[in-house]
Amino acid sequence: MKILTLNFLTCARKACKPQATSFPLHPADSTLEIQESDLNIIFLQNILPRLDWPALISITTELGLPGLQAEPPEAEDLVVKEGGAKAEGEGMEVTEKSEESEKEASQLGKDLHRLLIETTIQEGKLMCACCGHEYAIKEGIANFLLPSHLV
Amino acid sequence: MSRPEDQLPPDLYYNETTSKKYDTNSRIKNIQAQMTHRALALLNLKSPSLILDIGSGSGLSGEILSSIPPPIGPHTWIGADISASMLAVALEREVEGDLLLADAGQGLAFRPGTFDAAISISAVQWLCNAESSVETAEGRLKRFFESLYIALKRGGRAVCQFYPRDDRQKKMVSSAAIRAGFGAGLLEDGQGTKAVKVYLVLTVGASGDITGVVDGMDGVEVEDGRKRGGKKGVKNTRRDEITKTKARLERKGRVVKATTKYTGRKRRIQF
Repeated sequence: MKILTLNFLTCARKACKPQATSFPLHPADSTLEIQESDLNIIFLQNILPRLDWPALISITTELGLPGLQAEPPEAEDLVVKEGGAKAEGEGMEVTEKSEESEKEASQLGKDLHRLLIETTIQEGKLMCACCGHEYAIKEGIANFLLPSHLV
Repeated sequence: MSRPEDQLPPDLYYNETTSKKYDTNSRIKNIQAQMTHRALALLNLKSPSLILDIGSGSGLSGEILSSIPPPIGPHTWIGADISASMLAVALEREVEGDLLLADAGQGLAFRPGTFDAAISISAVQWLCNAESSVETAEGRLKRFFESLYIALKRGGRAVCQFYPRDDRQKKMVSSAAIRAGFGAGLLEDGQGTKAVKVYLVLTVGASGDITGVVDGMDGVEVEDGRKRGGKKGVKNTRRDEITKTKARLERKGRVVKATTKYTGRKRRIQF
């Protein structure tokens, strides 16, 4: 399961839905795996405003992944600035041959792609902080089936 | 023709053998691909989006979502299915989307405004069956559509292709969607034929008028079933009132005189 998906999932129980603690679900005993995929910068820009940045930070620290900046980035930060404006000293990788038609992804964009799309949880558990229910993840598939008394 | 949802619940019906068969049958594959393309056309997406696939099964429809060429695609999708065997087949195919084992009839566990769009190919009819005595088909549909409404962003769209058993079921599904807040419309391909395909097109937000969705699409006729004001020009006559009252009393078991041509007729003035 991608970290991106984890950023959108809440506890499935009806009683938990109104509680603020039902999101995010907390991963435990997780085995991570990198699954390479093509970088799609327009998609990342599209999805960026919908991400819950504080939740993303807490999940990355829980998983022991490299830390993120405290403030959510803007859509423009994901691409290398065009023209003469070169970002310097901000950890941004400026490539010389920035193509005119396609926007080049910045280092931040690449990092986000790595984290959200390529990093997946293969095995483990997701725990709801509200009710304590554990959702098992097996082979990258989370089990969100609830026994009928919990629906 | 027997319907699979009459035989077993979906998680049992799609066991290993059926799932394999489903995934390798080229006829099913073709039909599924056609319907997915049709649903995508109805969604009318302009840029790479996050899509929810309800009843993703072995990932036949998801594969198409991932293969849309730029600049419109490729879309990223999250698939949910109740059958573990179907998901196992999807794993073997190494689909790109994320998979969840979940029952749509229990409601989807997503944050508000997560998805740009949602599609569902041949799945919603399974929700019309309640597999245990504690739940009802209406309740399952209600939970599904309400959680879907929440999970879509404002201005988002959902297209659900499904096989309704009859008109009653069609009505049940669409009215459940409307009650959840969607603007809903049914698109039928091949109306009146045996191979009719029913698409439930849903919009979130906006005014609830969705006839604009199919604007500019070839071979689509809009048939507006909504009530527009009251009936005009038809007055209730005295005779109508009398026959109505008679019918009501008859239902109650009272003895009423038969309705004849003299019923509710005006008398002559000389009388």
